[in-house]
Amino acid sequence: MNDLALSRLAEAAASPAPSGRRRRRALAYLQAAPLAFVFLVFLVVPLVLTGIVSLWEYNEYAIVPALTLQNYADVFDGCLSADLCTTVRTYLSTLKFVALTLAITLPLGFAIAYFLAFHIRSNTVRMGLFLLCTIPFWTSNVIRMISWIPLLGRNGLVNDTLRGLGLIREPIEGLLYSDFAVVLAFVHLDTVFMIVPIFNSLARIDRRLIEAARDCGASGAQTLWNVVLPLAKPGIAIGAIFVVTLVMGDFVTVGVMGGQQIASVGKVIQVQMAYLQFPAAAANAMVLLAAVLLMILGLTRMIDLRRVL
Amino acid sequence: MDRPRGRAFYLLACVFALYVLFLYGPTLTILALSFQGPSGGLTFPMNGVSTHWFAKLWEGVGVVDIWAALRRSLALGLVVMALTVTIAFYAGLAFRKGFRGAGLVFALAVSSLIVPSIVVSLGIGLEFRLLDDGVKALATATGWGFLQDHGTLMGLYSSALGAHLTWTLPFGLLIMFAVFNRFDPAYEEAARDLGATGAQTLRHVVVPILAPALVGVALFGFTLSFDELARTSQAIGGRNTLPLELQGLTTTVTTPEIYALGTTTTAFSALAIGTALGLTLWLQKRRARRALAGLRP
Repeated sequence: MNDLALSRLAEAAASPAPSGRRRRRALAYLQAAPLAFVFLVFLVVPLVLTGIVSLWEYNEYAIVPALTLQNYADVFDGCLSADLCTTVRTYLSTLKFVALTLAITLPLGFAIAYFLAFHIRSNTVRMGLFLLCTIPFWTSNVIRMISWIPLLGRNGLVNDTLRGLGLIREPIEGLLYSDFAVVLAFVHLDTVFMIVPIFNSLARIDRRLIEAARDCGASGAQTLWNVVLPLAKPGIAIGAIFVVTLVMGDFVTVGVMGGQQIASVGKVIQVQMAYLQFPAAAANAMVLLAAVLLMILGLTRMIDLRRVL
Repeated sequence: MDRPRGRAFYLLACVFALYVLFLYGPTLTILALSFQGPSGGLTFPMNGVSTHWFAKLWEGVGVVDIWAALRRSLALGLVVMALTVTIAFYAGLAFRKGFRGAGLVFALAVSSLIVPSIVVSLGIGLEFRLLDDGVKALATATGWGFLQDHGTLMGLYSSALGAHLTWTLPFGLLIMFAVFNRFDPAYEEAARDLGATGAQTLRHVVVPILAPALVGVALFGFTLSFDELARTSQAIGGRNTLPLELQGLTTTVTTPEIYALGTTTTAFSALAIGTALGLTLWLQKRRARRALAGLRP
């Protein structure tokens, strides 16, 4: 066995270094190729095709590969008149959900991440609490959404309890199938996407900085505002990016929790796909993509993303 | 640093507890209501306790073959899992060595996460429709027999698989980055100094050390795929996965059967995760035991 090892050693020594480096380089390309292939075939080409098809004509029967800007004109049809067009109203409705969801998930996610990062002292307990937060995600999202029905419905648990306590006489109608229900479901599904990146940022903070702030006489609130919060910015931005993408592109949550009554951009695209109006759907998708990218660009200005990742 | 717990601790602990309660509310509700008595409805109160709705579920839900959908989702989840682990692992190795275009590939991975799912889904759907059109045009142009009764290329293991990978691979890659950051290259150098080839080093040194992390990636891949809905929606042929069938059922099924279904799928996820966690613990124990055995003369 020793001889074998020695002969291999001799082989290794015999092969000149530069060719070895070149082989390593070639190997790296080979190893990254499958990943690049998947993203090329299932992300880049589809997006390019969506861009092309959004410029095609269509009729009731087929899509016609002839250039037109009509699909985009249809998307913004009537937007220049005084009252808002459907597209702008849909986007405003979706943006309202983005703003409300962010306004709730951000402080909530920050508080929970802060609790886990700074107040929990044992790593095992921290892992346990994280696991506790992920277990509900083992249930299908759709199922978790409809399970709000027995809680929020007209004769649901919340209304029954409130009536039992004598706080209300008539059941509250707006609990289910309303803006409230949609935001509730978004907070329920997306807060975890806020918790994890913020926790990641907080865990990296050098604890000596906080002690230094305290030694210099900063109060708890001052330390939080002037030391912890600036250092948590990258995590907050990444969490916000997740929430923006998830809410902007959503069509399931708004559909189920809004009782199929509330419009959303994702839903418009889905309906157009169902009616085989592919160029129209593609144009809407391109507008949505542009809107999301603009919002993300705004968020990334907050941080130096390269340094974080 | 360990000072007595202040008011902030108890306040935040309350917030955390309320959040957990909020998270578990719906899950516990369906768990309870799935054992609703035969005469019970979709809401409380419980009319007795029974496994009636599980029995009904076993017989099938309406016209939809829910068990076939479950099998499809499980099978697809396993394929996605295997591919995610393999592709992300090798990509992690490549990124560690560095290669030209690494920045671009990484940017692609990040974009894959932040492009809205409905847009990715629509794009893949369009791509496969155009491919089908191309194949049909080719069939009429050439008259080749094997192309004549071409249906569609869209399906579980083509378009849907790709759609799932665009969602699981970025997460897998990010985990691999974190793992390789903490990996000490001294182990590999030692193996190489002892005469191991590249493949041997990988097989006997790198993979065993990274095994728990790889199990983690596998777990992530499976659960993300098993519950994926938005990216699959426009990128699947006629045969739906379980989440898609579930979405259809929400509007048609008005009995606690749907809760029984929810409990069953949760049990499947729990089983998968339990197995993976058990496997990780077992791997770590075995490694510790072997390390001890190696110390003995």
